[in-house]
Amino acid sequence: MLRFALLRFLWAIPTLLLVIGLAFLMVHAAPGGPFDAERALPPEIEANIAKAYHLDESLPRQFTRYLNGLLRGDLGPSYRYRDYSVSELIGNAIPVSLKLGVLAMMLAIVVGIAAGTVAALRQNSFLDRITMAFAMTGISVPVFVVAPLLILFFAVRSQWLPASWSGSTSGWRFLLPVIALALPQIAYIARLTRASMIEVLGSDFIRTAKAQGLRSASIIRHHAMKPAMLPVLSYMGPAIAAILTGSVVVEEIFGIPGVGQFFVRGALNRDYTLVLGIVIFYATLVILLNFIVDVLYGFLDPRIRHQ
Amino acid sequence: MSTGLVVSGVSRAARRSRSVRICGGILLAVAAVAIIGPFISPHSYLTTDFNGTFIEPTLRNYHLFGTDDLGRDLFVRTLMGGQVTLLVAIVASFVSLVIGVAYGAIAGYAGGHIDAIMMRAVDALYALPFIFLVILLMVVFERNFLLIFVAIGAINWLDMARIVRGQTISLKQREFVDAARLIGVPPWRIIFRHITPNLLGVVIVYVTLTIPQAILVESFLSFLGLGIQEPQTSLGALVNGGVSQMERAPWLLLIPAVLLAVILLCFNFLGDGLRDLFDPRQDSR
Repeated sequence: MLRFALLRFLWAIPTLLLVIGLAFLMVHAAPGGPFDAERALPPEIEANIAKAYHLDESLPRQFTRYLNGLLRGDLGPSYRYRDYSVSELIGNAIPVSLKLGVLAMMLAIVVGIAAGTVAALRQNSFLDRITMAFAMTGISVPVFVVAPLLILFFAVRSQWLPASWSGSTSGWRFLLPVIALALPQIAYIARLTRASMIEVLGSDFIRTAKAQGLRSASIIRHHAMKPAMLPVLSYMGPAIAAILTGSVVVEEIFGIPGVGQFFVRGALNRDYTLVLGIVIFYATLVILLNFIVDVLYGFLDPRIRHQ
Repeated sequence: MSTGLVVSGVSRAARRSRSVRICGGILLAVAAVAIIGPFISPHSYLTTDFNGTFIEPTLRNYHLFGTDDLGRDLFVRTLMGGQVTLLVAIVASFVSLVIGVAYGAIAGYAGGHIDAIMMRAVDALYALPFIFLVILLMVVFERNFLLIFVAIGAINWLDMARIVRGQTISLKQREFVDAARLIGVPPWRIIFRHITPNLLGVVIVYVTLTIPQAILVESFLSFLGLGIQEPQTSLGALVNGGVSQMERAPWLLLIPAVLLAVILLCFNFLGDGLRDLFDPRQDSR
């Protein structure tokens, strides 16, 4: 088990380095320097700026400097928010994004598994069809369509809920963003759960359990649930990535001051270091959480470990 | 030969499955209206009219979907946006098809260590958040159509590579490949002339499922203001514009949002339906 985890970890490191390298190269291959948009400056001042941001050094040197900083959690200065470092900007924005993401993930897992199980138990019933139609819609309709529609109907038209983040301080302001973020994942998890539950329910050991006269609730809970959850668990990696991507849109639409909003602002302002920092932050998060999911999967399903 | 097989396969699928028939029909209709509509409408997608801003959808002035904050006709803009969205999705899917098929076929045909390394790399890349790299790409470089095509296409090739590899492994044990090898056909020629044409059926199904993903990425980028640039437009860009006006003119949000949702829904249903018919063993996730 330890060997398996270690091996997975060894694969995670080059992946992460690849992302950092690619992202770094992209930013530095950009046509024009980061300060070109402003007034033409005297060459001495330009040289001084280049020196202050270490832009006068060779690319490999800049990269090692950047990696060195990364190890200490330093992502360099922001090009646009002059008084802040990228790490400070991200650090201040993490708590609210984290809360949003964790709530959405929990909602997606609970509702998705429940809906999928119910649909599987009543296969081909009206309830099943309705649930799956909803799931297909949830998968197809992007977050940036769902979120504004939720605002339009529940905040602008009916005024039941606050439309924007700053307009309220109550916990209710989390409700619409969390729903918008969770909806596609609810749909995916429901479909996955239904498919794998149907497969598990058709297998021999479930028939044996039925033959022993166990009640169906107990069969589901003690026998079918664990194997049926394996595909759902392996979907957690992509789900995490999708929630992160979605949070960028949701935070922008609802005006939530999280990491995603800084990402969008940085992207539109061409704040290269900020965008680079957030890309690396997201990539690290995705790769780390994928690693944890992988190890968890190996823990639950011994077949994987011995491949 | 294979093309004929695919055509007959798709038409058989359409006859057997209602969802394939309905969704295929809706998509063809949307594509037809998006291509023909702008020629018929008296308005251009570019013309601004500051005396006619925020006209509600009416038949008056032939503004079927109303006008936006600059007085531009939303009907024509929505159709143009639909055109761009479909075009980007199809070309980007083609890019991912080329990458995925080449990668998968080479890995599957080569086998052994090369295959193992190539597929481990794919596993590792699954954990890589491509979308953020694409965003970075769009931030850093000047945005043009070519870059958008390639960037979006480069995201979605991993599934295709896996599926093509599996198919290639089973194909390369067939007699016609042995025969080709026997008469001295070089490996790359076997891969691209003898194996890939036989992959077409599976590939078509997965391209249908890649298209909605490409649409999602394109509209996501355009929504953030990083994709298609004004005065060009796409459905994602139109939804973005609609969000800022939704209190005053909800139709600017609702119409492109609904069209985008319908297109995505239809592609997903179509892909699912085709997969069930061509490849019944794959569970319909």
